[in-house]
Amino acid sequence: MSKFKKKKGGELPAISTASLPDIVFMLLFFFMVATVMRDSTLMVKNQLPAADQVQKLDKKDRVMYIYAGEPSSRYTDKYGSQPRIQLNDKFASVGEVAAFVLAERASKRQELQNVLTTALKVDGDTKMGLISDIKQELRKVNALKINYTTRIGGYTQNID
Amino acid sequence: MAKRSAPEVNAGSMADIAFLLLIFFLVTTTIETDSGINRKLPPNEELEDPPIIKQKNIFTVVVNKNNQLLVEEELTDISDLRPLAVEFLDNGGGIDEESCNYCQGSRDPKSSDNPEKAIISLKNDRETSYKVYISVQNELVAAYNELRDREFLRLFPNEYMSFVEANKKYSDPRTSPEEKARLRPLLSEVKIMFPQKLSEAEPSKTKS
Repeated sequence: MSKFKKKKGGELPAISTASLPDIVFMLLFFFMVATVMRDSTLMVKNQLPAADQVQKLDKKDRVMYIYAGEPSSRYTDKYGSQPRIQLNDKFASVGEVAAFVLAERASKRQELQNVLTTALKVDGDTKMGLISDIKQELRKVNALKINYTTRIGGYTQNID
Repeated sequence: MAKRSAPEVNAGSMADIAFLLLIFFLVTTTIETDSGINRKLPPNEELEDPPIIKQKNIFTVVVNKNNQLLVEEELTDISDLRPLAVEFLDNGGGIDEESCNYCQGSRDPKSSDNPEKAIISLKNDRETSYKVYISVQNELVAAYNELRDREFLRLFPNEYMSFVEANKKYSDPRTSPEEKARLRPLLSEVKIMFPQKLSEAEPSKTKS
């Protein structure tokens, strides 16, 4: 009978939790890698104006972004403080907008090429002259759907 | 001397540390969805013969280079823009076939005939600040939304939502196709009642 006694005598071994950190770290790395912070580094000041009558801009693959605003502080010695346009990762002049739109359009899938929206992420302190120039360029290449990207908030936040 | 084995480091709290980090990242990362005011630019070709529009059907909004607002040639504060725009769009001053049976405005013969004819003309200066321009756009869209909400609630009280909410639901990718197909005619019916006719003139140059 000693055989059986021996078996009963040992305590139930505790479940090893040594691999738990590995599992959690795996999750952690997954989240760290999967969350994309921002597509392109901003080189311009980008304090968006506030609006509350907004529509969501879903489906990122159908959107191209045009940034504009004053160059941020590290670029001011090189590019001055006049508001400029940023396309992808570099500063651009108004004349380059049309080429950018065409290149973006060509890089998208065929069925999306006609439903693209241009999101204008423009700093609140920019003058409308620059934005009108961009809009004229967009009209030239028939990119007519635009979205003035804003923060969500009442318009009173825009008026100092 | 007795040989002592090095004590094992207790790794039990490792999981806690990792969880803490995990929760921190889960909470701080927001998968950003941008939102903003959608607009459609006019096509580039010039119209051969522009349609003749009666002056009373045009609601002019001018923003000058000092970010001042001129509504119907009167200096206005931006907080008054929305009620003024609503009043203009909802006026329904037309008679006979131009009358508007759902308008609740004052039916002033000097203001717009009906919402289908009413046009808001927005003109800004090259020196206007983008912030102010967006505020004006926002208020004008708000005026349309206010009226569309009202009509949507009046026509479809069983939906238990406003036009804006219905539109949001319609454009949400999670909404089922059947639901979308059901909402589409309701939305377009209200859109036809209050079409968004917002015309933008090319900005004026400031003479320096």
